[in-house]
Amino acid sequence: MATKKALTGVKRHSLSLIFLFVGSLLILFTILTLFNMIFRQIVFDTEGLLEAAADPEVIDAIVLTLYCSFLATVIAAILGTPLAYVLARHDFLGKTVVESVIDVPVVIPHSVAGIALYALFMSRSPVGGAFSNIGVVFEDSMWGIVVAMLFVSAPFYVNAAREGFQSINPRLERVARTLGASQWKSFYKITLPLSVRHLFSGAVMAWARGISEFGAVIMIAFYPMIAPVLIFYRFTTHGLAGSQPIAVLLILICIGIFILLRTSSKYWEKKR
Amino acid sequence: MITLENVSHEWDDFSLKNVSFSVNKGEHFIILGPTAAGKTLILETIAGFYVPRTGKILLNGKDITHIPPEKRNIGFVYQDYSLFPHMNVKENVAFGLKMQKLPKTEVEAKVQEIMDSMGISYLQNRLPSTLSGGEQQRVALARSLVIDPEILLLDEPLSALDPRTRESLREELKRIHEVRNTTTIHVTHDQDEALALADRIGVIMDGELVQVDEPYRVFNEPVTEEIATFVGVENVIQGKIISNEDGVVVVDTGKYQIRALSNLQKGEVNVFIRPENIILSKGKLESSARNSISGKISRISQLGATFRIYMNNDLSALVTKQAIEELGLKVGEKVYASFKATAIHLIKR
Repeated sequence: MATKKALTGVKRHSLSLIFLFVGSLLILFTILTLFNMIFRQIVFDTEGLLEAAADPEVIDAIVLTLYCSFLATVIAAILGTPLAYVLARHDFLGKTVVESVIDVPVVIPHSVAGIALYALFMSRSPVGGAFSNIGVVFEDSMWGIVVAMLFVSAPFYVNAAREGFQSINPRLERVARTLGASQWKSFYKITLPLSVRHLFSGAVMAWARGISEFGAVIMIAFYPMIAPVLIFYRFTTHGLAGSQPIAVLLILICIGIFILLRTSSKYWEKKR
Repeated sequence: MITLENVSHEWDDFSLKNVSFSVNKGEHFIILGPTAAGKTLILETIAGFYVPRTGKILLNGKDITHIPPEKRNIGFVYQDYSLFPHMNVKENVAFGLKMQKLPKTEVEAKVQEIMDSMGISYLQNRLPSTLSGGEQQRVALARSLVIDPEILLLDEPLSALDPRTRESLREELKRIHEVRNTTTIHVTHDQDEALALADRIGVIMDGELVQVDEPYRVFNEPVTEEIATFVGVENVIQGKIISNEDGVVVVDTGKYQIRALSNLQKGEVNVFIRPENIILSKGKLESSARNSISGKISRISQLGATFRIYMNNDLSALVTKQAIEELGLKVGEKVYASFKATAIHLIKR
């Protein structure tokens, strides 16, 4: 009796069970790939990891990566927040075109993006030339890294911010206006605080995306080396043994920072 | 006083066509219309979120058509209350005063005063998401009233509430209006709400203001058949309760008395009787109906398959063609209109 009941139970839930099994394969794939590398590195080659952590070239590359991606994120936030708000609140001719343009960097190969950026920002081009007149050079410089990261990471910020603004009922802003708040005040007092979680998670996503960029960056700035470029360089010259410790170090630092940001934003929210 | 002069505006799925009306100082004006997207847009236009394509809006004689919402001093309460979810009740109520940059002590005093008068002081540290619909509505009202608005706009203020809360808030709205006398424009599709609260009613249909009148006239003398269909061709008679014995109320209408069931004890009331609940007879009926009122037929009009018989006693009845023929009903004929006490609906005026 009991087995029969259990059997019908399995049958009743067969779709969910099969989906659960198939779905867990994908999760397993991600976990296994990363865990395999991290675990092997820590257990079988602790020395190599410590060596990498003490290597100034590695540390410089990681710091540069985090810093450049941070700058790119700040620029994305400054320019992307107003854009996201306009897209969330207004309908206009060609809006779908604008929205598609925002998503283009996500769908084109990043080496292609790198070539395009290089063509635009090299000193011999009009745009790059204009910048070099005021002392900003992109080829093989930090600014080259920043524009490459900005190009690929901006969509992540803009889309998250737009979703955040869309989730706020415009009536809240309207009520604020009737209570004497100007447009700016109601944005600052109502819209921004209510969407801050979306903006923050968008920024974290953009930052992470910037850190992981490789293809676009090497086209415009092989030097100074950011961590992904250094990892690639060490891989081609020293093989897996030379590059894996840096990769593990980068991944551990990133995971650490993301956990920190996540918990701090949760704590911050609770406090309010 | 606020005046709309020939206001026209078009939205994607609604338009206002040449809307003109005036609301006097201290008046409670209700815009009554079928459920549709449009009524909120009228209020949003008055509040200043849309500049009408043509026409003018005047506040105390001053043209405010192009003045931004924050400079109009018009309070707004949305149907969904639209409380700021990241602020507690007290911060919500204080928002408008803070925008005026009033000194802290003054803000505090005014906020406490309005919260006390609305009976929401005990909620002051709660977040809106933890409040019931009725509580949110009180907070939204307090938030808009604390700035002492020139005009208060109410967008279907009671329709999202359960019936019991609705009744108590309707009384509350009435009380607030009596105490503060704030000029109010209130949109609704609910006729009870309109009759209970309105000084005057404007009926809006398809973006056009089709009738502006005192409540009982809108219900008794709708100017178009469309309005009649919408308001449900009710008999509405004004009267005053003169006694209540064990729930049986006697209402004096000036011309005659009506017996009804109600727990109202005294005061001015609107008496509703649906025409289909009135029985016409040539002689006074010996029946269980508690009301039998004589009158002369003043008019007979056809409404589809039925006829509406109007009498000079302010009542009208719905009858079939057969009944007209059998009773020989015609204009000038004396008849008795009988109806049960249970068929009457009383609403406090």
